[in-house]
Amino acid sequence: MGGPGLPIPPDAEGGPNTSTKRGDRIFAGVSRGAGLVIMLALAGVFVFLAVEGFPGISQPATNYAPETTFWPYVGKLLFGTIFAAVIALVIAVPFALGIALFIAIYAPRRIAVPVAYVIDLLAAVPSVVFGLWGAFTLAKHLTPMYQWLYDHFSWIPLFKGPPSATGRTLLTAGLVLAIMILPIITAISREIFAQTPRLHREAAMALGATRWEMVRLTVFPYARSGIVSAVMLGLGRALGETMAVAIVLSASPLTTINIISSNNPATIASNIANKFAEATPAQLHVLIATGLALFALTFVVNFAARAIVGRAEKRLAG
Amino acid sequence: MITSTNLAPPPAPEIRQSLSLTQVSLPRWAPALVGVLSLAAGGLLAVLFGWGPVATVVVAGFVYLVALPTWSFVVENRRRAVDRLMTTLVWGATAVAIVPLVWLVYLVISKGVGGISGAFLTHDSHDPLAVDVGIAHALVGTLLVTLVAAIISVPIGILAAVFLVEYGKGSRIARIITFLVDVMTGIPSIVAGLFALSLFVLILGPAIRFGFGGSVALSLLMIPIVVRSTEEMLRLVPDDLREASYALGVPKWRTIVKVVLPTALGGIITGVTLSVARVIGETAPLLVVCGATNTINHNVFSGRMMTLPVYIFYQFTQPGVVPRSAPPGSDPPGIGHAWAAAFVLIALVLLLNLVARLVGRIFAVPTK
Repeated sequence: MGGPGLPIPPDAEGGPNTSTKRGDRIFAGVSRGAGLVIMLALAGVFVFLAVEGFPGISQPATNYAPETTFWPYVGKLLFGTIFAAVIALVIAVPFALGIALFIAIYAPRRIAVPVAYVIDLLAAVPSVVFGLWGAFTLAKHLTPMYQWLYDHFSWIPLFKGPPSATGRTLLTAGLVLAIMILPIITAISREIFAQTPRLHREAAMALGATRWEMVRLTVFPYARSGIVSAVMLGLGRALGETMAVAIVLSASPLTTINIISSNNPATIASNIANKFAEATPAQLHVLIATGLALFALTFVVNFAARAIVGRAEKRLAG
Repeated sequence: MITSTNLAPPPAPEIRQSLSLTQVSLPRWAPALVGVLSLAAGGLLAVLFGWGPVATVVVAGFVYLVALPTWSFVVENRRRAVDRLMTTLVWGATAVAIVPLVWLVYLVISKGVGGISGAFLTHDSHDPLAVDVGIAHALVGTLLVTLVAAIISVPIGILAAVFLVEYGKGSRIARIITFLVDVMTGIPSIVAGLFALSLFVLILGPAIRFGFGGSVALSLLMIPIVVRSTEEMLRLVPDDLREASYALGVPKWRTIVKVVLPTALGGIITGVTLSVARVIGETAPLLVVCGATNTINHNVFSGRMMTLPVYIFYQFTQPGVVPRSAPPGSDPPGIGHAWAAAFVLIALVLLLNLVARLVGRIFAVPTK
């Protein structure tokens, strides 16, 4: 891509046309201002959440039910948040990589283009509709599976049960989350797969590698850091997703790794959505404080993902 | 008439020749054959044990997954078998992933269409006893909140992109902004809502809930999308056009306004439309800042404002009671409303996506 902005504008020599110069200066200033607004907005998110959230750390004990202080309260919510996101990742990553391989390498173009479009459409479905579908339909259809898991695998702590009769469990929520983060992981990894140098791929095939060996020997090594960052961006999405979890689960802050029972750990975001309408001002401060914790968590995850991408790009460029 | 002897099938060696020179391999139709056999096996078991169609397909899939690599392992070699296994898995993953989307769209249509009517779209629901309740208040709210969000974020987003591509290229501040925009894409929507709430609570008091707050929250989610897509489009504009304009003595800012932006216009509109489609379905920030109400509110700067996603959420969580006259076992009325509203919302989103695609195709940037 040719870089724009190389040519020197004609009036840079200091011509007599001052109105032109003023126009240029104003336009440059305005567009720079827009850039600064973005920086301010992001700083504002931190500042305002901190100002409103800080009082939430030291409220009377009743506001932290079932806990009595802030840190265990937010700790349990953090556990639920991360646990649900990890379940979603475990389910979504293999599928996302499979689809990305399908679109970038395996499928003929005729099929790959519409499939890519359909997967992108998944990203367009509003999260509240996903929640509706998950709570209403998917959950009902999963109850026999939970019963079966309980009957055969209850010795695994994850499936200790007793299975929820409604099917609205953490595993269902994780499944819905997985479907929701599938498009972003797929989109990023398929782009990186497609960037694998053609010569590498053809050289592997010419040496007699099967297609899978070609993928394993040329595509994966090339795309490794891209995959890692795609997964982390998906993780960021899953951590912050609100409505799907809020609708699917009727949850409370608790720690359990039992994912098929009706006692489910709440996530930070779902906890805010569920408690928000009836919150007193004191509880509102608490909720905003947990929101700040969520923001910090996703910020770190996204930061790390972008840093990995940036480093990989530098390596590939150099 | 040609006699049948002339049409005898070609001898087998011909197929073999076209496939492999050195090694025995499965015929071209092997996957199809295994597929048919697996389906038959699944069907047979289904008939024997009385399974449904879903179980049949799942079992058939597993049979295929085991049978084809095994056959390949016996006839060909281990490497080919692994390759066939992975190919099957890749195709299978794609097929499985399409299922939820189709299921969801089917469900929303089948459950939602029945609830759509003229009254549903034009009435609000302030009177719970009225026969005609509707989503007009939510529809108005969604459109207004999103419109104001677009009014805020489109100029900022486009100007910031202009700065990044035309003015600040390579500078330190541009690199920082690019990075922050990337980070901003990852802000959880509920955090955006809490930010808007904190901001306006500090300014206007703790009980403040209004549409404009929702617009601010949505802008925070929308700006990064607009910046990224506009940036990409501006980079696609050929340098020749800029240079030609400079050569005619046109100052830089007029070059940008009259040459660069019009050239990229189609792509920019596509990006803006997609960003609108993205935020129009956001629930969490609006739930937090806009509150909920049952009546139409045309003023984004005062009073609570209902929006479609929030309407869906509340209809689902507080569905009301089943009327006495309804047949036993039927859902409370809110559930039906939620599905119908979901249908309207999805239709809106898909429509926006379609418009974006069309605009993108019509005004494609000439890259040659």
